[in-house]
Amino acid sequence: MSVELKDGKKILHNPISREDLKDIHIGDIIYLTGDITTCRDVAHRRVVEEGRPLPVDVRDAAILHAGPIIRPLGDDKFEMVSVGPTTSMRMEKFEYEFTKETGVRVIVGKGGMKENTERACKEFGAIHCVFPAGNAVVAAVEVKEIVEAQWRDLGMPETLWHCHVEEFGPLIVSIDSYGRNYFEEKKVEYNKKKDEQIELISKQVGFIK
Amino acid sequence: MSNEQVRKMTDIMSQFVGFTAKKLPDDVIAKLEELRSREDSPMAKVIYDTMFRNQDLAVKLNRPSCQDTGVLQFWVKCGTKFPLIDDLEALLKEAVIDSTIKTPLRHNSVETFDEYNTGKNVGKGTPTVWWDIVPNSDQCEIYTYMAGGGCTLPGNATVLMPGEGYEGITKFVLDRMTSYGLNACPPLLVGVGVGTSVETAALNSKKALMRPIGSHSDNANAAKMEKLLEDGINAIGLGPQGMGGKYSVMGVNIENTARHPSAIGVAVNVGCWSHRRGHIVFDKDLNFTVDTHTGFEYKEN
Repeated sequence: MSVELKDGKKILHNPISREDLKDIHIGDIIYLTGDITTCRDVAHRRVVEEGRPLPVDVRDAAILHAGPIIRPLGDDKFEMVSVGPTTSMRMEKFEYEFTKETGVRVIVGKGGMKENTERACKEFGAIHCVFPAGNAVVAAVEVKEIVEAQWRDLGMPETLWHCHVEEFGPLIVSIDSYGRNYFEEKKVEYNKKKDEQIELISKQVGFIK
Repeated sequence: MSNEQVRKMTDIMSQFVGFTAKKLPDDVIAKLEELRSREDSPMAKVIYDTMFRNQDLAVKLNRPSCQDTGVLQFWVKCGTKFPLIDDLEALLKEAVIDSTIKTPLRHNSVETFDEYNTGKNVGKGTPTVWWDIVPNSDQCEIYTYMAGGGCTLPGNATVLMPGEGYEGITKFVLDRMTSYGLNACPPLLVGVGVGTSVETAALNSKKALMRPIGSHSDNANAAKMEKLLEDGINAIGLGPQGMGGKYSVMGVNIENTARHPSAIGVAVNVGCWSHRRGHIVFDKDLNFTVDTHTGFEYKEN
């Protein structure tokens, strides 16, 4: 069993199975202990468009859409100084194929994603979560160790930094393994309220007479 | 002016910029505390708790609180008799380079068309410096701002026909909140500029973001509209991180200038919750005051 309940926190430990995700729904808050690898634009492109295998095994584990600030400690050791999620939507066009190829279970980033990711989450049993953005120091101190760095030719932000994390989060589930999408559902509500407000305010700003 | 004075002002600005990357302005912290206390959903509470824990850790560990330390922007109101007026623009660039190494700040300057990152956080026209010249003054007032990518993205400007009126401005601003605003790290500070053309409106909207949270336009109609927009955007319920809550914004500030009878220029610009603006005022001897932040101390090298 890879789901632990501790002090009211729901903590996923990898390896994570499809089964482990079945009681997790959009809007839930979870934490992750285990492996997460930073993976963003070019890495997705290499896997999906160039068909190259990802040099870090993320099967049943997690990826993080982020470009961190890393401090080299010498002897091929590194320290995580600052790591905040980047906009997940940039990876949307690749995420179905990427999930299919790599078997990743938990995708962490910023903001929502769309149909390709919904389809991937539903078909392969995965989830997309949001790490609250702007909290780069919290995320950095939850990284306990950087265990390897691959595709270093991509430079610091795009390198695959394979991290060991402890209670990494809060992670808010934005797409669950049933394909439900938190942001898309909220947007319907926001737009309805927005239209009401436009009408209401417009009645009070007739300054041109 | 002596090289010594130029070096000193460069140092002060480098340290001040670095400081603003690590600690939010007092008015932003106070507003976030107020909004945090008014949210009652577990999700909103967890997000606010994370934000406050992050800001504490940033100060404690002496690290930038957000990994995106933005493109540096300076709005200077410089007296014509300020002794360093001739050196100001060059020294601000030097201060950014220095702070980029010492703070450290992320390298956020990509030369357009040549499309490479300069690696120094400065480039052609960056940091951005907007000048207001103040006659017969020997002071220099500088607003600093870290314009991050996420909250720069919602920026938009257009010119409306007068028939669209302030109702059109309302729609223009609110539409942007649900399309881009929710991904720009709410609760946002929303700056609205009203003027005659795109660039006058756009500059007004940026200046609006430099005003303290909770301040009001001195024009009664504009102040009324600030309140209406603030309440209206809050009612959309974006909450922290756009994930839902009772509040969407830290405030709405409007700055306005006159318009051509046939046009209404309007622009919207937003600041994220991590609204890293600063305000520092120098006298002719480089004594300075900071009214945005408590706790900034200049350490002479």
